[in-house]
This record gives sequence, structure tokens and C-alpha cells, in this order.
Amino acid sequence: MTTRLFGQKITRREDPRLLTGHGRYVDDVSGTAIAAAFVRSPHAHADILDIDVTGALDVAGVIAVWTHEDLPGQAAERLPMLIPHPSIVAPHTGYALARDHVNFVGEPIVMVIAENRYIAEDAANRIEVEYSFREAVVGVEASREGTRIVHEGMKDNVAAHIVQDVGDVDAGLEGAPHVLELDLEFERSACMPMEGKGVVARWDPGEESLEVHSSTQTSTGLRAVLAAKLEIPLTRVEVITPDVGGAFGVKINHPWPEELAVACAARALETTVKWTEDRREHFISSAHERAQTQWVKVGFDDEGRILGLDVKFWHDNGAYLPYGVIVPLNTSTHIMGPYVIPAFRVEYWSLYTNTVMVTPYRGAGRAHAVFMMERTMDAIAAELGLDRTEVRLRNFVRDFPHPMGLRMQDGAEGCIDSGDFVTSMDKLKSIVGWDEFETYREQARTEGRRVGIGLACYIESTGAGPYEGGHIEVESSGRVNVWTGLTTHGQAHATVFAQIVADELGVPLETVHVKTGDTRKLPYSVGTWGSRGAVMAGNALHLTAKKVRQKALRIAGESLEADPEDLEIDEGMIQVKGDPSASMPLAAVSVLSNPLRYAFDESARAATQFAKDSAEDEPSIGPGEQPGLEEQEFFSPLRSTVANGMHAAIVETDPETADIRILRYCVVHDCGPMVNPLVVEGQVHGGVAQGVGGALYEKMAYDADGQLLNASFMDFLMPFASEVPHVETDHLETPSPLNPLGIKGAGEAGTIPAATAIASAIEDAEGIPIRSMPLDPSTLWHMRTNHAAGELNRSR
Amino acid sequence: MTEDIGTEPTSNIRLAVNGTLHELEVPDRKLLSDVLRQDLELTGTHVGCEHGVCGACTVQLDGEPVRSCLMFAVTAQGHEITTVEGIGDDPENPSDVQQAFIDCHGLQCGFCTPGFVTTIDAYIDENPNPTEEEAREAVSGNLCRCTGYQNIVSAVCRAAELRAEGASQ
Ligand code: FES
Ligand code: FES
Repeated sequence: MTTRLFGQKITRREDPRLLTGHGRYVDDVSGTAIAAAFVRSPHAHADILDIDVTGALDVAGVIAVWTHEDLPGQAAERLPMLIPHPSIVAPHTGYALARDHVNFVGEPIVMVIAENRYIAEDAANRIEVEYSFREAVVGVEASREGTRIVHEGMKDNVAAHIVQDVGDVDAGLEGAPHVLELDLEFERSACMPMEGKGVVARWDPGEESLEVHSSTQTSTGLRAVLAAKLEIPLTRVEVITPDVGGAFGVKINHPWPEELAVACAARALETTVKWTEDRREHFISSAHERAQTQWVKVGFDDEGRILGLDVKFWHDNGAYLPYGVIVPLNTSTHIMGPYVIPAFRVEYWSLYTNTVMVTPYRGAGRAHAVFMMERTMDAIAAELGLDRTEVRLRNFVRDFPHPMGLRMQDGAEGCIDSGDFVTSMDKLKSIVGWDEFETYREQARTEGRRVGIGLACYIESTGAGPYEGGHIEVESSGRVNVWTGLTTHGQAHATVFAQIVADELGVPLETVHVKTGDTRKLPYSVGTWGSRGAVMAGNALHLTAKKVRQKALRIAGESLEADPEDLEIDEGMIQVKGDPSASMPLAAVSVLSNPLRYAFDESARAATQFAKDSAEDEPSIGPGEQPGLEEQEFFSPLRSTVANGMHAAIVETDPETADIRILRYCVVHDCGPMVNPLVVEGQVHGGVAQGVGGALYEKMAYDADGQLLNASFMDFLMPFASEVPHVETDHLETPSPLNPLGIKGAGEAGTIPAATAIASAIEDAEGIPIRSMPLDPSTLWHMRTNHAAGELNRSR
Repeated sequence: MTEDIGTEPTSNIRLAVNGTLHELEVPDRKLLSDVLRQDLELTGTHVGCEHGVCGACTVQLDGEPVRSCLMFAVTAQGHEITTVEGIGDDPENPSDVQQAFIDCHGLQCGFCTPGFVTTIDAYIDENPNPTEEEAREAVSGNLCRCTGYQNIVSAVCRAAELRAEGASQ
């Protein structure tokens, strides 16, 4: 019997291609296309009085210059609000090219099409736009004050507002022997994939059809929106997402203004038009994430058990809200974490500012929630003089499933379906050496070193629906082709999905070939985001493979004159269980499944020995059947699975320079059974690296006028190998009851609690309350000075 | 008032890339990275920042790693350029460094990877037996947003091992 591939550390099948320069990213597509470049607003808030494009038209090689007026029909209307939600009170979205008004530095105003990008940029530089300035609204505080308004006609800057509660929080707080309040701040950062965004749109005038290559996270969504905006039938638009150089959330919004504008230009010019974002464009016009101002009030008993938790937070959503309120909504629904909280209320305001819009970034909204809850747990421990792990243990959920009483991003009530938080904590304490840390601290102290340990626990709703599909076809050569509608940006889909399919079909891994992100084969799909790929497409492909297998066994059963129940597939051979003498290859079944009379290849000729004479009075294909060994199936879950984990960090802070170094980083992670532990580990490592960036380095430095001061890799610091610690991991596999494979998502696990775990460790090292992240050495240095002067207390 | 913009200056250049000599006419201001990708269709070299920080565009110039986004193609004349394709362009038969990345799961999206491969390929010639710390130092000029580096560091050490094995055979 072949060993099960599920659970094995199989090296990635996409690697040889990517490593030898054969990757195909969107900028590698159609090098001969003409190029687009954009004139973007240099001002954060202004009315456009006039656009003079004459200078651009004189540049040799310029083909077209478009402003808002040139956009046709629906494409000239506002971009869609993709995910409406009852909490959204003022849904503002932008245009593909700005109309009369700009709301952030970087907003596209004019599109220049030229022979190549160099010329397009030359021409763009010669376009003169006249503005009338308005004062910009930058940051949560300015927005909340509401003295200046981002969107005309609004009385304040509130885009969305909601209250959700469970139990009687006021009673919980009143009856509590201890009450604490915390004011917290969380960073504004960005996904910053190494590959920026990009689009290549090709119009076929004969077919009147559009073919788009885009580095999107949702090719099906982009296809639908382009068809609607260009007002052409859906069947005449196809979107292909080739290899994607990282996404982390920023490529989920669609259409990006450039995707729409470039597609319109391709149709108008009847040619292929390409736009590849450069890094500066990415900084100033692709979405950011994360900035929140938070307030927590918690009531607890002498043992540290939480009796009531009241939370308010203000979320900076930037200038527009095309992706709705997923980020603050996720924050609001993840605050309770792995804890039993009898009375809870959360209220949020999502606010407009004159900055780049905010859409999900790896861990969307959840990193912020963890910051609130885990900083609170540490504060409780400090208040009562208890060990931080002990306070958590006393509050953990211990019975599963645990309904949360809140509506999640998928609209369903949240429920922690599985987990074992006590065991996870035991594991974490043992790998990081929690109980021995005081000895280490003492020893470090004698050497003049200052060290601290910290931790953070989290839950994450993963594998959100509503559905995902799979398509599998077995060729007569025995090759198994697998399609998923998902796009792939480094998640090893070509490997993990092949493992799942090979297991179910009983074929060698090498024969399985996975294709992603191509709407031509699977036009129904949702997208790759929110740790949903393995859960959703993995299960869909598992179900599809089952269906293929059933069909194969039925057909083989007829030829082998055996009950399909008595058949098995091993290494691509179908045989009677325990009797290998009666067998036939799966490839032959593929031939038999298609009663076409041409013998194209070896398998077809070989299959004749298994072919039975068809009955004279029956058609070759019976009712309800289809030719070919090919099936499609969908998986749609009841609700999201909830994965969980715990991180611990040991940091050293320099007593003089306040430099912060991470000495140890440990992760215990539970995403249910792992399809490929190598890949899961890799996801955790990468996630932690991004979390470390968010904790110590990455920050969008806007000035009061809305200028982004650090729009390059020189100034926006992403961690290099020298800054990211070695990550030590351990896993717990508590299966989810919500899907056949029992799996939960893993993609964002590494990022979600990282900044918080590091905050906890720095606080422990310094004895100063850490209420705001990221934290760089100079900020820490100033905090020390203030703390010494008595301005910062342990808790308010 | 508009001024007349003439056609931009170009030069005929001879570029030696991966052992092949190419004669091309390119605009004087065209970056080496763009010429490699667009004119020679060697799209393995990637552009992540175009300002010399990320290292995705790293190629070897006479065996030394350089940022191809910081060079004009015209200035590369007279030098030997090696791109990732020159190090190994057969997925069935990857080079030692490429194999090491597979063994160690040293890549995810693969976008930064060619820059790491060209960097490490040059590095292990210089230091055939790096410690983990040296390996980390060797790749600390390249950004990767996906893998978190520790597997890349392992890949450097593994690549050195494979090269030593190859040399002793
Ligand atoms: S693209 Fe050359 S260093 Fe980033
Ligand atoms: S593998 Fe994606 S950036 Fe390095």
C-alpha cells in the first residue's frame, strides 16, 4: 500500500521552476505590450481645477492620455463597495481616475499610455494639474475630532460604527473587585510583497473579448467586476493569475483603479496594455493596514478571572472603504481570544482620513485584537502579582465547541470549534523555559544585561466560506490535472493540493499537476486570503477526488466484473482488494470513460483489452453521465474554523542605547492536522518575520499634511535576515469538526500575536508599561526617561 | 508652450550574458535589469524596488553580485553577466544552490529567490564552509517578505555542502 501523503514533509514541487528563472509573474507576461504610467496626486486633500496634458502629447512614443472624462460608462462611476456591512454608515469609494477631487497622496488622476514605461513616465512628468488645497485629515485623532471632514457632505469622518455585546457588561464591571483601564495604540504598516501589483490586459477585437493577467488574490472576483465595469458579457472576460510574488492581503482588493483603467485602455486601443507598479507607487497608492487607537476596561476577581470586558476602538480606514470593514470587524470579533469572558461589549468607529486606504494585511484585524486582550492579561497579572501564564490558564476556554456569541466576518456566529489551550500553554512554557527564566534573568543581570520574557495567545477564524471548488481530470496518459480557483502566492498549492488528491485517488504524487488562478477552467471561486486556502480548496479537492475515484471504480468494476466496493486504487492501478491479478490502470479507465473510437495513444490501445461490447439497445453514455474521467465539486462550510496558537519571546534591551534584540522566539501552533508540516512551518516562520517587522520597525510615517515620509525601502524598514530571530516551533493537532479533513488555517498564524508577544517581553525587561507598537530604540529610550521622571505608570 | 521632445539617445552595445554575446540597441538610460528582462527575455531577474535595497535584481558581474536595477545596461559592456538562468535553467537539473533551496524550503512565492541564488552562488565560492552566523550575514543584504530567513540561512549552509560534494566527485 502506498503511504499516505497527507502529513508528510514533502519538498515543494513548484520550487525547481521558480528557482531556475521559469517562474511567470505578471510582469513576465507579454514583454511587448505598450505601457501605462499614472500621474498621482501629490496632495492629500485637494480639488482638481484643471489638468493640462498638452505637454505629454508632444512626447514621442506617447499613444494616449486619459483623464476621468475618458473613462467609458460604468468605468467612470465610483469603484464598488465590495463587502457591504450593516455597520457602514457612509460608504465612500474612489474612481479609477480621480474626478474633480483627490483624497490622498498617490491617488491616480491621469493615465498615460506609451510605447514603454520610460516614455510613459516622461510624459506623465509633463502633465500639469492645478489644485485648490484643502486641509488634510491625518491620523485617528484628527479624524475623531472631526473639525475637518474628509468627504464633503458628511458631518463627521465616521465610515462605520457598531456595537456588539454578550452578557451584561456593566453589571460584570460593577461587581468586579478589580477594574483596570488601558489606552493602547497599534501601528499602521503595510503588506509590502516583494512583487508589486500589476496588470496586463489584452483586447481581442475579433472576439470582442478581454484577457487579463493580474497579480490579484481573486481572479474570479476581478473577472466579474471587470465585466460589469466594462459592460461586456462575463463570458468575454477571462482573468489569469500567474505566479504571484507575495500578496499578504494587499492584492485582495479589486478592481484596483489601475486594473480597471488599463483594461479600458486595452479595449479602446484594441491592443495589449501593461502596468507594473513600482515601489514608490506601491507605498503611496496600495493599501496599508493596522492603525488603531484602543481603550479597554476590564473587571476581574482576586484570581484574575475576567468578569467583564468593555472595549472601544477607533480604526483609521484611510480615504476610501472599497473593501468594507473586514479589518475592524475582525478586531472586534477576535478580542475575546481563547478566553471565557462572561460579559463583553465592543464598540468601534471606522474613520476616514486623507491617507491611503486600509484593507486587510496578513492577520487582518486580529493582530490588533490580540494586542488589546493580551496587554490586558499582562496588566491583570501585574495588578494581582500573578504569573502571566497563570492568569491565562484561569481564563482559558476548556470546553469545545465554544460559541462566542458574536457575528464574524462570514456573517455566521463565531464558535471555537476545537483546541486544547492548556496543553498548548504547557508546550510553550516548556520550549521557552518559562519557569527557569528568573534564574536566567538573574544571571544576565550579573553580566550587566537586561532581558525580559513575554507571551501572547490568540485565536483566528480561518477557512471562511462561502465556498471553494475543485476540478480534476484524469488524462488517458494517467496524468491527473487539478484546478483550483484559488490564486497562489507562495502557499505551496501545487504541492499540498497534489498531496490531498494523490491520497484520495491512489496515484503517485508525480502524476498530479495543480493549476491555480485561471478563470477559464474554474470560474467559481472566492480567493486566497484569511488562511482559507488549505481549508477551503483542500477540502473541495478532497471531495472532488472522491467523486473521480467513485466514477473510476464504477467503470473499472464493469470491466473487471467486480463490485466497486471490492476495488482499491494503489499507485495508479485499480485492483480487486487482495487480488492484484485482476487489475487495470487508472489511465485505462480514463480511456474507457470516453467512448470515443480513436486510439490516440498507448493507453488507448492498451485499454481495448478492458473494453466491453456496448449493449445494442443502450447509448454509449447513459443518462446523467458525462464522458471523461473528470469531475467538479465544491465545499461550503457551516462557519469558519478557529485555529489558535501561542507565542513567547525573550528579548534583550540595551541598558544604554535601548536597542532591542530578540534572543528567542517560540511558537506553539494548532491548525489541526497538517497537510505538509514543512509548509506549515514555513508559513509560521514567514508570519513571525512580518510580525517582528510590525513590532520593531515598520511604521508609515505620515506628516500632518498627509505626505508619506518614508515611501522607500531605505526609510520604511523591513527586517533582513539580521533582524529576524530563529523561530522554534511545536505543534498541536486538534482536528476541526467542521470539514472532512479536519484542518484549520495557518497562513496568518505567525504574524497575529508577534508584536504583542514582543511588547510583553519588552515590558518585562524594562518594567515600563508598553501600550503602543511598534517600538523602536529611540522611542524606548525616551520612554525610559519619562518613566524615570514618573510620567509613565505601570497601569492607569 | 510646449517644447519639442526628440527621440531619446540610444547606443549599440554588446552584452555578454550567461556565456552568450548579444548585440543590442538600447536607450542609454535603460537599466540593466530592464534590458535583461525585456530585451533578452531573461525574466528570472526580478525587480522589487528599483532603488537598490531589496536585492531581487541581483546578478553576477564578472562573478560578483551586483544590483542590476542600479546599473545602466550600457555600462555593463565588457563584463560577464550571469543571471539566475545562467546558474541553472533546467528545473530537472538544478544547480547546487538551487537544490539547497528545495531541500531547505528556502522560498515561498519565489520572487526574491533569484536574487538570493545569484548572491549565494558567488558567496560560497568565497567562503566554502560558512558557519550559520556567516551564512546569515551573507544573505542579510537581500529582502524576502515570505520565508522568514531561517530556511534561507540553512540553504546557504546546505549549498556549501553540496558544492563541496560536487567538487570532490
Ligand atoms: S530591485 Fe534592485 S535592489 Fe531592489
Ligand atoms: S519567497 Fe516571497 S519574497 Fe522571498
